[in-house]
Amino acid sequence: MDFIKRTPSLPAVLFLLFLFTLIVSVFSTGGGGDLISTSMVKTLGKTLCLCLAAIALDLVWGYCGILSLGHMAFFALGGYLIGMWLMFERTKNIVMEAATSQPLPLTPQELSDAIGNQIFGVVGGSDIPAIWFFADSLVVQLILVVAVPGLLALVFGWLAFRSRVTGVYLSILTQAMTLALSLYLFQNDSGLRGNNGLSGLQNIPGLGHVPQSILSLWFLWASALALGLGYLLASRIMDLKFGSVIRGIRDDEARLRFLGYEVEHYKLLVFTLTAVMAAIAGALYYPQAGIVNPAEMAPIASIYLAVWVAIGGRGRLYGAVIGAAAVSLASTWFTGGQAPDLPLGFYTIQWVDWWQVLLGLGFVLVTLFAPQGLAGLVDGIFRKGDSK
Amino acid sequence: MSTLLEVSGVTVTFDGFRAINNLSFQIGKAEMRAVIGPNGAGKTTFMDIITGKTKPDEGRILWGDRSENLLKMTEAQIANAGVGRKFQRPTVFEAQTVTENLRMALKRPRSPFSVLRHRPDAQEKADIEALAEEIGLKDHLEKQSGYLSHGQKQWLEIGMLLAQDPQLLLVDEPAAGMTAPEREHTTDLLVRTAKTRAVVVVEHDMEFVRRLNCKVTVLHEGSVLAEGSLDHVTSNQDVIDVYLGR
Ligand SMILES: Nc1ncnc2c1ncn2[C@@H]1O[C@H](COP(=O)(O)OP(=O)(O)OP(=O)(O)O)[C@@H](O)[C@H]1O
Ligand SMILES: [Mg+2]
Repeated sequence: MDFIKRTPSLPAVLFLLFLFTLIVSVFSTGGGGDLISTSMVKTLGKTLCLCLAAIALDLVWGYCGILSLGHMAFFALGGYLIGMWLMFERTKNIVMEAATSQPLPLTPQELSDAIGNQIFGVVGGSDIPAIWFFADSLVVQLILVVAVPGLLALVFGWLAFRSRVTGVYLSILTQAMTLALSLYLFQNDSGLRGNNGLSGLQNIPGLGHVPQSILSLWFLWASALALGLGYLLASRIMDLKFGSVIRGIRDDEARLRFLGYEVEHYKLLVFTLTAVMAAIAGALYYPQAGIVNPAEMAPIASIYLAVWVAIGGRGRLYGAVIGAAAVSLASTWFTGGQAPDLPLGFYTIQWVDWWQVLLGLGFVLVTLFAPQGLAGLVDGIFRKGDSK
Repeated sequence: MSTLLEVSGVTVTFDGFRAINNLSFQIGKAEMRAVIGPNGAGKTTFMDIITGKTKPDEGRILWGDRSENLLKMTEAQIANAGVGRKFQRPTVFEAQTVTENLRMALKRPRSPFSVLRHRPDAQEKADIEALAEEIGLKDHLEKQSGYLSHGQKQWLEIGMLLAQDPQLLLVDEPAAGMTAPEREHTTDLLVRTAKTRAVVVVEHDMEFVRRLNCKVTVLHEGSVLAEGSLDHVTSNQDVIDVYLGR
């Protein structure tokens, strides 16, 4: 197929992704090896989800030229929406199990009260808020994972693009949206447990008998599959005439208008599509993380995502993947306390504190010496000339 | 001959400066018109207004048989109604190949969902090749257009204009950066095009305008100073004073 020929990175990335997942599985605790702990498997699975979010941002920023600093809000929102089902269903199971020892079965009202008490006790409530109406249906919550962030992006994008807000003003607007959403969720009466967020998400209802070491592998494979599909879809779309138009918007949107393209409609579509992509990534991430709270959608999270894509090399899909994987893993290592302190005699560098400085320095160095990012260096090795 | 575009009483002010002043202009469906005038006369601004880039403070612009109001349309709607434009400074998508540039310009459905469904087909390939032949870029189809010479970029933009198959072509200084034979080719192309469509050409080069052999509109300080055949306007004393005499 011509498409594959024009996109040599695609089979390479898919193959490496498969190989990576396979090797991790074989050496993991769940796979019978003992080299990779279950928590490490989860970290790697989460990293794959972050890579998918980075691809989403790369599409909207690197290809379409819209620097969104709000895509991690969609990511966290995806986590919340799947988290609602996970938490509700698990609590319901626990309550029902406890009730089996009682002489009388629970009335629906008693059941609902017990669940409400369990989930919302921490924020001083016992009523189940209206937004949890569908929380006992996995199918509906899965649909909402796509629909809610998609609708939010659609409305936000429609308002912003219609008034032709561009550049740094648009970035600020996306930050404002993120901040507003996170502040709202911090409130106890938001219906989503305020700053406690949703927790216990690693326990999958109905799969209580499956050990975490095995579950972590399922999620690793699911994350790898989502990343692979996302990568395939993104490279396919960008290879079409549609991709041509999207890159045209980035380079000279006024010119495209004079060719008869309603630029705003394209931006809206890409913004919404990538918001959905980020939300799906989030829905896979948080069951591995175990907890989602409003801090997850703090504005800084979306800025980090942009930094990863910039370091990896925007406008190249594998750049986004490399950047997100390298920087987020390095960040886990440095801030997780595993990195050895660096004694300088007069001062000891503790990476937990100094990692931010290192990251900032890395960002500056990449901007100065490899403006195309790490992927630009990869490109330089494989071929000369410009990339698409 | 029926009118395709009617501009009447249009005025544009930039920070108090009147770039276009009570300008009126008409062009028929199959007509060639040259617009000349000194630097800063408002020629490019005139095209900006028609294409929707600049909104006038006053005036009316009517388009086509149904006398649609162009001022109520977005740039994209105006372009889709049949107004094509070539910019003074060649503006092509430099990061993309000649083929990709032409493909984006080709007259096909423009909405995001129809473009998503678009797949290259034989008809499109033939159209692109025919255009490339016309603009002399047949051997550069897969070249990134940023690597083209200035003159080749001019040609590519002319090709993109033709690809849109517009009813009205607004051509801003097409001959800049072209060699003598290329200029001749350009005039041929424009004259041929004007047999079936309206063409407005802005050009400083009088030899070029003479070869177009058409009605000439002279702009000065944002209004029409004179209109008629080239010989007629060049013998007009006002025109000589502001433009030719310098
Ligand atoms: N966006 C703008 N803001 C302020 N002034 C402008 C703007 N666009 C054009 N002008 C001014 O309007 C006047 C007309 O400009 P225009 O570009 O239309 O001239 P022109 O006839 O195309 O000249 P040239 O032959 O040099 O291309 C000039 O004085 C220019 O400085
Ligand atoms: Mg001009």
